Amino acid sequence: MTNANAAYRSWGRPQSEAGKRVVRLWWRDQAFPADRPALPFGNGRSYGDSCLAREGALIDLRGLDRFISFDDDTGLLRCEAGVLLSDILAHFVPKGWFLPVTPGTRFVTLGGAIANDVHGKNHHRAGSFGHHVRRLELLRSDGTRIACSPNESADWFAATIGGCGLTGVILWAEIALRRVPGPAMEVDTLRFSGVDEFLELSRASHNSHEYTVAWIDALNPGRDGARGLFFRSNFAADQRPVAAPRPKPGLPFTPPVSLLPKPAVRLFNTATRRWPRRSRQYVHYERSFYPLDAVPNWNRLFGRRGFYQYQCVVPYSAAEAIGELIARVARAGEGSFLSVLKVFGDHKPVGWLSFPRPGLTLALDFPDRGERTLKLLDTLDEITAEAGGAVYPAKDARMDAQTFQRGFPSWRRLEDYRDPAICSDFWRRVAVPQPI
Amino acid sequence: MRKVLIIGATSAIATAIARLFAQDGDRVFLVARNEEHLKATADDLTVRGASVAGYKSLDVNALDRHKAVLDEAEKALDGIDIALIAHGTLPVQADCERSPGLTAQELQTNAVSTIALLTRLAERMEERRSGRIAVITSVAADRGRQSNYVYGAAKAAVDTFLEGLRQRLHKSGVGVTTIRPGFIDTPMTAGFRKGLLWAKPEAAAKRIHAAIGSGRDVVYVPFFWRWIMLVIRLMPRSLFKRIEL
Repeated sequence: MTNANAAYRSWGRPQSEAGKRVVRLWWRDQAFPADRPALPFGNGRSYGDSCLAREGALIDLRGLDRFISFDDDTGLLRCEAGVLLSDILAHFVPKGWFLPVTPGTRFVTLGGAIANDVHGKNHHRAGSFGHHVRRLELLRSDGTRIACSPNESADWFAATIGGCGLTGVILWAEIALRRVPGPAMEVDTLRFSGVDEFLELSRASHNSHEYTVAWIDALNPGRDGARGLFFRSNFAADQRPVAAPRPKPGLPFTPPVSLLPKPAVRLFNTATRRWPRRSRQYVHYERSFYPLDAVPNWNRLFGRRGFYQYQCVVPYSAAEAIGELIARVARAGEGSFLSVLKVFGDHKPVGWLSFPRPGLTLALDFPDRGERTLKLLDTLDEITAEAGGAVYPAKDARMDAQTFQRGFPSWRRLEDYRDPAICSDFWRRVAVPQPI
Repeated sequence: MRKVLIIGATSAIATAIARLFAQDGDRVFLVARNEEHLKATADDLTVRGASVAGYKSLDVNALDRHKAVLDEAEKALDGIDIALIAHGTLPVQADCERSPGLTAQELQTNAVSTIALLTRLAERMEERRSGRIAVITSVAADRGRQSNYVYGAAKAAVDTFLEGLRQRLHKSGVGVTTIRPGFIDTPMTAGFRKGLLWAKPEAAAKRIHAAIGSGRDVVYVPFFWRWIMLVIRLMPRSLFKRIEL
């Protein structure tokens, strides 16, 4: 991107500026900015208002983009928090290393990945991003710097992993990269019908495949409740030459209305039914992990009103809630363009506010059609809460305090560790209603 | 593998250029004022594949230290193929207008120190009959404008010096690249409201790195500033003095 004028916005809520002022940090030895309240800001890929401080200042951390050290033997990488995961990949994949866990976009900062304890398609095997963070340093508004790890100031560590950036500015972190044979992946695609069949496939693939995920046709769930495609993959042991996808032109500006009319969504979703029952492909890892990254600013497809992402997790014991959620969405006729279903593994969450926990997670997106959309999302909250689940803060812009506090009972502990100078619109909505 | 000396190496543009040298596996020696920031930059470049021959902290206004630092760099690199001078400060014009001391200070940092460094570097490269000197000046050098003519005057001094130096060194096979950036989004310009004309340091670095590699004499960054400045230079003085710019 040559234009430095890219405004500070949330990925799903393009209608408002993320903050009133912006302060940038360029060096680790800089002081905590004087603006109050402030909020650390990475690359603006959170969907809702966890990256917004509309009445305050943003602390832009993209200037902290330096690598610090790398150990060739162990894969231990230390770098500043504003480094993009894409920068890590560009540099380390050619050397045979890969991120231990990666979200569905590589255009997030390391600090953002930690603050949201992001997860990927290998959660059933590797846990969340936080499971691979070895150490990090926090800068607090009172000037103190706290280095923490699972055994050093462990409370600060647990508060900061998934802590939505509220415990201080993450200056740098150490993560453990994993070895890979090369950029090529072997991807199996299997058609399935029904949540039970999905669960069966997930179980069967648990040991054989590092990465699993499913796309659901949320418009035509059919009699079995959830039709879709199940993807399972590994880095290919026999590396064949594969090409990285070429970036598409993207949208230079946000159109006033959504470019995703219902028929297009329907067509896309129906295509999943026409897929062959089984197929196998060799693809570049970018195609497998980051299909949406190929279209810069794809969020603009939803028009000026933006869109809501809804991602929740429900315990294994309440798997039937998934079918209920999908049925409710289908009945409302609010087609989700891309609906993703995935099984989380048994790993104990690292952070007090970590979203990934044992269970099934479903992600949906909805163009913002105002009251109608909000009402539907409230119903989805009820189903999730009834099932003993939780809604993902990094993607949320509207859940009420009660839903959040039920899903994240440790929120009070986090509030005790929150830096008094830091607050987000999200936190104000779900945890501290009074102005700071 | 080229041997590259970078002065002002912790500036955002210089760092971005240094990363491109690192990608090529070039050998670099870094000079800047802040030791802590130098170390952070050196570590980053090392992980990115550069071989960092060393770094040295230097306040460029300490002219008497230039020789020792250049000696050290030359020794560590075992000769200099490319010398990139990227240091500078951007004064607040209004402050300079009230203070001759500050104005002199800014001319010292942005012109005198650079010219002193160039004098020594030119001598060394002329003797070896090879190498390239690249200096970041500014579009502000093209014509004095009320909004920043102190900065512009300093950059113009360096720019004119480079014109002459290029002629002199041409016969010795030493190249001189003048780099004139427009608005780049860096710590130096943190106080400005960013508009459409602003570029990212990474994009600027790509163009500068390519210009150094291909031996260009003068390069505007981004390219469109060449045309903007042409219009500004051609504007008749009778009109120019009446406008806000």
